[in-house]
Amino acid sequence: MMIKLRFLLGALLLAILPLTSRAELTIEIVGGAAQQIPIAVVPFAQSGGQEDIATIVSADLRRSGLFRVLETRGVAVQPHDVSEVKYADWANLQAQALTIGKVEPLPGNRFKVSFRLLDVLKQAPLAGLEYNISAGQMRNTAHRIADVIYEKLTGEPGAFATRITYVTKTKGRYALQVADADGYNAQTVVSSKEPIISPAWSPDGTKLAYVSFEKKKPIVYVQSLVSGQRYVLANFKGNNSAPAWSPDGRRLALVLTHGANSQLYTINADGTGLKQLTKSRAIDTEPVWSPDGSSIYFTSDRGGSPQIYRMPVSGGGAQRVTFEGGYNVSPRISPDGKTLAYIQRDGGKFHVTVQDLSSGQVQALSETSQDESPSFAPNGRMLLYATSRGGKGTLAAVSVDGRVKQRLSETGGDVREPAWGPAAN
Amino acid sequence: MNKGLVVSVLLAALLVACSSKPLKDTPVAVEDKSPEMSQSTDATTADDSSATAGMSDSDMSVNPLTDPNNILSKRSVYFDYDSDEVKSEFRPLVEAHAKYLLAHPEAKVMLQGNTDERGAREYNLSLGQRRSVSVKQVMNLLGVQDKQIETVSYGEEKAGASCRDESCWKEDRRVDIVYQGE
Repeated sequence: MMIKLRFLLGALLLAILPLTSRAELTIEIVGGAAQQIPIAVVPFAQSGGQEDIATIVSADLRRSGLFRVLETRGVAVQPHDVSEVKYADWANLQAQALTIGKVEPLPGNRFKVSFRLLDVLKQAPLAGLEYNISAGQMRNTAHRIADVIYEKLTGEPGAFATRITYVTKTKGRYALQVADADGYNAQTVVSSKEPIISPAWSPDGTKLAYVSFEKKKPIVYVQSLVSGQRYVLANFKGNNSAPAWSPDGRRLALVLTHGANSQLYTINADGTGLKQLTKSRAIDTEPVWSPDGSSIYFTSDRGGSPQIYRMPVSGGGAQRVTFEGGYNVSPRISPDGKTLAYIQRDGGKFHVTVQDLSSGQVQALSETSQDESPSFAPNGRMLLYATSRGGKGTLAAVSVDGRVKQRLSETGGDVREPAWGPAAN
Repeated sequence: MNKGLVVSVLLAALLVACSSKPLKDTPVAVEDKSPEMSQSTDATTADDSSATAGMSDSDMSVNPLTDPNNILSKRSVYFDYDSDEVKSEFRPLVEAHAKYLLAHPEAKVMLQGNTDERGAREYNLSLGQRRSVSVKQVMNLLGVQDKQIETVSYGEEKAGASCRDESCWKEDRRVDIVYQGE
């Protein structure tokens, strides 16, 4: 056991070696919003050899599908300070907003990054911030700048400075990885010859729960992303799977079989205090918590076909939530608690689908047809999911209104089981 | 997967190639489709002086669990789509393993349920589990206690990666019988 932990820690440390110059996952946008905000992002004043902030910010904004990022090279005066800005130049380009900035060295190999977001029409500043960072934080700072721009111009928080996790399968070997939301800085958390499924982020973003078959049966582990250490959360007789953290991070819901059918349980994050939640003769699985922590949504075939139900965490009767079609699985709740996302099978095809929880209105979102494992971005705007393209497992993303679509590709093997991490602190 | 069948087919080819019966192990083309065939396995094995139909303690040289002549070396029960019912053609196989477990109280099996790759992974994990529980229940009815059996599921995780239709999906819908220590 000790040897394994050391190996894991070593593997994690090895994986932290810089991977900054290229993306493990490339993300391509296909389709955008009906109205896109035209914005110009002027290259920051910064030395060569550093991560280029304007490039990262432009890519983030473009990938969201809500912005038309304009070409700035034709403009004669490239401003880095507000005093240098000629608003007429940018109005001519049809820009509504302009981003400028600079990176200045500080003692101790640190940097001051400052930026301004300006309203071109009103000729006035909208936002401006300064950051004191180390060289290794340059990409993350660019993502935080993109988040500020996104929030100022759309009214919603951004999700660029976040991370995602997913499982890769390459030549029969599985790896659970964590990467930036733009696909950069991929690091392996754990790898194995046996399958890994169902990764779940702790609400504070420091741990992943996941299911590993390395002992030839499904067992739930919790691993710290900070120390690399892990422990077995659940290894009861039979299956242990589908871990889901409570919103306060103190408990997890999970699925056990104890030699019979799949049923829901809750357990403390330290592995104590197991409590049974459901007692049916059906399959009850895939629990997720409502954001207020009072309900659990789950998949059950107690009615004869797999559908999504809701029950109180304190125990009690379950109510059916999905009524269209004969196969609705993999429930996920948006961060504001208003939208249910799931996978619906329709004529042999599996689509990411959303349902308004108050009106009951249902909308299939994806044009892909072998969808699995949807996961909400922490701002509730996008759904990341697994699908298949050309016989290979890939990831994709779609906005909750269905307009913005992204394709994520990884060189190498299959990618599956994505989960979007929580908002940056 | 269905190692037993592959081995049997190879042995059958050997039988065809040879004009006379070899002295020791008698290859037999075993199709585990009907009860008569498995009985003839027993009958054929009985010709071999080193094994008996009881297939346990008296045979010291060949492990019945891995003996290709022995139904115990067959480890997979196959299922119809959306079904967890143990079909009659697989009853003799499950019964043979149940008898082995009753004769060897220290032996333990893991029943691993599997599905084809269509649908959600966690739901398929549960469907695979239904299948392994189904096989367990047949064994329970024959007297085997739960302490000798663990039921687990791999769901779709072992399903063929390039499989796109029923010709290979049906191979994925199965329970594998794995003895502790293997």
